[in-house]
Amino acid sequence: MLSYLLRKLLLSIPVLFGVTVIVFAIAHAMPGDAVLAMITAEAPSSEELIAMRRGELGLDQQVYVQYLNWIGQVLHGNLGRSFVNGRGVGDIVGERLPMTLELMGVALLAAFVIGTTLGVISALRQYKLTDYSLTLAGFVGVSIPDFFMGLLLVYVFALELRWLPSSGISTAGENFSLLDNLRHLVLPAAALALFRAAIFMRYARAGMLEVLNQSYMRTAKAKGLRPGTITLRHGLRNALIPLVTVFGLALPTLFGGSVVVETIFQWPGIGLMFIDSVVNRDSPVIMGYVLITAIIVMLANLATDLAYSVLDPRVSYD
Amino acid sequence: MGADMLAIDRAARAIGQQAVLSVQGLSVEFGPSGNSVYAVNDVSFELAEGESLAIVGESGSGKSVTVQTLMGLIRKPPGRVTTGRALFRGRDLLAMPDSELRRIRGRDIAMIFQDPMSSLNPVLTIGLQLTEALREHQGLPVKEAERQALDMLDLVGIANAAQRMQAFPHQFSGGQLQRIGIAMALVCKPSILIADEPTTALDVTIQAQIVELVVRLQKQLGMAIIWISHDLSLVAGFVDRVAVMYAGSIVEQAPVERLFAAPVHPYTIGLLNSIPSLNAANTRLVPIKGAPPNVTLPPTFCAFAPRCEHTVARCREAKPVLETVGAGHATACWRWRELAQAPRMPAAPIERVAAAPASQAPLLVVSGLKVHFPIRRGVLRRQVGAVRAVDGVSFEVMRGETLALVGESGCGKSTTGRAVLGLERPDEGSILFDGKDYAGATGDALKQRRRDMQMVFQNPFGSLNPRMTVGRIIGEGLRAQKIGTRASRDARVSELLALVGLREALRNRYPFELSGGQRQRVGIARALAANPKFIIADEPISALDVSIQAQIVNLLDDLKTRLGLTYLFVGHDLSMIRYLSDRVAVMYLGRIVETGSTNAVFGAPLHPYTRALLSAIPVPDPKAGGTRRRIVLGGTVPDPSRPPPGCHFHPRCPLATDICARVEPQVRDFGANGAGRHLVACHHAGEATP
Repeated sequence: MLSYLLRKLLLSIPVLFGVTVIVFAIAHAMPGDAVLAMITAEAPSSEELIAMRRGELGLDQQVYVQYLNWIGQVLHGNLGRSFVNGRGVGDIVGERLPMTLELMGVALLAAFVIGTTLGVISALRQYKLTDYSLTLAGFVGVSIPDFFMGLLLVYVFALELRWLPSSGISTAGENFSLLDNLRHLVLPAAALALFRAAIFMRYARAGMLEVLNQSYMRTAKAKGLRPGTITLRHGLRNALIPLVTVFGLALPTLFGGSVVVETIFQWPGIGLMFIDSVVNRDSPVIMGYVLITAIIVMLANLATDLAYSVLDPRVSYD
Repeated sequence: MGADMLAIDRAARAIGQQAVLSVQGLSVEFGPSGNSVYAVNDVSFELAEGESLAIVGESGSGKSVTVQTLMGLIRKPPGRVTTGRALFRGRDLLAMPDSELRRIRGRDIAMIFQDPMSSLNPVLTIGLQLTEALREHQGLPVKEAERQALDMLDLVGIANAAQRMQAFPHQFSGGQLQRIGIAMALVCKPSILIADEPTTALDVTIQAQIVELVVRLQKQLGMAIIWISHDLSLVAGFVDRVAVMYAGSIVEQAPVERLFAAPVHPYTIGLLNSIPSLNAANTRLVPIKGAPPNVTLPPTFCAFAPRCEHTVARCREAKPVLETVGAGHATACWRWRELAQAPRMPAAPIERVAAAPASQAPLLVVSGLKVHFPIRRGVLRRQVGAVRAVDGVSFEVMRGETLALVGESGCGKSTTGRAVLGLERPDEGSILFDGKDYAGATGDALKQRRRDMQMVFQNPFGSLNPRMTVGRIIGEGLRAQKIGTRASRDARVSELLALVGLREALRNRYPFELSGGQRQRVGIARALAANPKFIIADEPISALDVSIQAQIVNLLDDLKTRLGLTYLFVGHDLSMIRYLSDRVAVMYLGRIVETGSTNAVFGAPLHPYTRALLSAIPVPDPKAGGTRRRIVLGGTVPDPSRPPPGCHFHPRCPLATDICARVEPQVRDFGANGAGRHLVACHHAGEATP
């Protein structure tokens, strides 16, 4: 087990390098740079001033030199400074990451619990009205993209019904309170969760249906166990195993989704930070975002593997 | 149990009702009415306290559906009980609500299933699965339930039971798992045990262990048993009564001795004739013609009529009812009286057409073959060991003969076959085919070898591509080898269809439209397409129904004579092997322990493993059960990545001495003059078994 973890971690190092190289290249290939992005917003500047700012930021060097400088810093634990406001990238990310993790964590958990429960119900009521209704709802859910779901929720619950706030993490001008924060969380989390709940539901339904046909379910019934015991103890435990993979795959898409949803709801997480940094061609922040998300996704994949060995005694890593 | 229940119980006993279970006129259908599958039709039987009844039938005969209906285990819908009662101690199991039936399931009537690997929950510990029925039905506290479960594990012969309670199913072997499945069924001391083909997925020596165990437990616990099986020979040895089912109906029911001595129903007689007897290997098997029945037609006629030799108009017009033949003997056949009076035709023994005597020139010479599968561990995936699937195997196959490679699962017989064909790369050894060494051949050499050598696979359901027509499947090899033109290949496919006894019309069908027997014929036609000299048949009949097995065996026999083929037959069904093969090589844990002519090996086996294997074969004769000496091997086959030192068999061998644990026995020839070689690898070959 330990050696498996070690091997996985060692293998993730070249992958991380590859990710940074690709993203650095893409960021460099974008038209314009941080200096040009700044001056278009301000008054026009002279060519000398532009050249001087580029020199200060190191943008006049060859791409590979810029990359090597950056990676050199990273290996010393320094993610660099923002071109725009000069603050440390590590500080900015550290400030904003908890917001995103709160949003993503709540969304993922809600999606998993709701989706799995409905999926199991759907399977137990196969080909009945409940099953067909849930299946239809599921198709609607997977067909609505995150951004549209966000706009729809804002329109219905914030603008029309006025039940919930439409943006930010807390009401401006009031002292921060958890309740107020959670009220702000509901809509963006729902925008992220509904699509994923629909996916969990489809997989949970399929998984449960397969389990229901297994011989050990017949054995459990032949023992005279209660229907509830059979479904939960013998059925759900097995049906959860393939869901672990779906759970692991949902995480990377959540980062993508959170970029969109944080923008719509002005949620000050790293997704919003990423959009701002792209607009400003602020490559140290872009790279910081990519590195952090890549690490989190890799750790999540590792956790997925571990979850397998916990849920399924037949799986062992060596 | 309520007071009224007790009253009913008492009343039932008072009127002298001996039967613990009485099934009356049970019919079960699946699917919407009007488009039904008639799975069980008007089945009635009784089971006395402590009695053992076998229900025997082929797949689709309704034997499993019958017992699962009693237990409330069939899904409704699509299943429907259309008529019938099933009285358990006077209470109708079919009429009570599921919440009430649930209290009988597992407590009074328990069940063990066919495949122990899949019928235990893989993610729960054995301990939990053993105790949950006790806790459910008797409300025992955890500690007490665990104590009783432990006792039961001891009783079924699981060593170190206390430690193994925390283990998961995948940590046990198939035989151990079936013991655990039995313990699980018996923890509540039921009065009826239903065993649904509990040994079909197991090896023959393990099967013998399980049968012995169940028979012993039946005596100890005094329960009645319903044993479901497709194998008449197996149940002959230990049940009191047999009911034979065909297409959802019981066609004959009798005490076991009587059923074997004086069967009256043509289907029962046909089944008995299609089993090769261990004593008469020179008469041809008499298969039942045709294919298994279509159960989508309403049961208004005798379902066996289309396959019966004695069908008259009446058989197609009305369904026969069970009539009494003698004491405890009943049959459902319109003509049983006439047929019983007619001079019994003892299945007119047809001499097998003797194949041209095998020449002494070997077609295939395998020597020192080793196939090891590496086990890798650690950060750097270093090889830390190997599964020694085939560990130094040598044999020869003469032109025109059939050599059978026999052994239990995991002994390496299939891997050997695959290595010969080039589907596995050997680690060591040579494979001389027609004088050329093909070990580890690749590219053109391998292609040439595949033209001369073909394989017939075990599972005709999985080995045919479901998206290809029969014609394409058969012709594919010719296309791949670029043999002939399109037209000539088409003609060859027609020729092959005729050769294996399939109608030309089947050419454009897909595999799912065919029966198992037809599919295996397609598999054989495919293998023969490019005119190979040599066929490797890997368990070609073990997935087929008994009445169909004989058809395929006869086909293989005919093809060999007509086309001058040479066979390497890989299998575990020893009675079929005795019938089919000229010579036999017995494998155990990656090595061949005994090789010789079929008569020598079966008649006078010299290796203690061969003897045990042969004694475990069920014989279709209830009387032999008592007199025949059985050598029931203890334990299971060891892990092939850590084979025992010296002779691989010594930890289970009744003859083993010190030398066996130290020195690998050399192969010695015990052949009598003129009878060919009889090679045995054993220090104590031929010594009497204690």
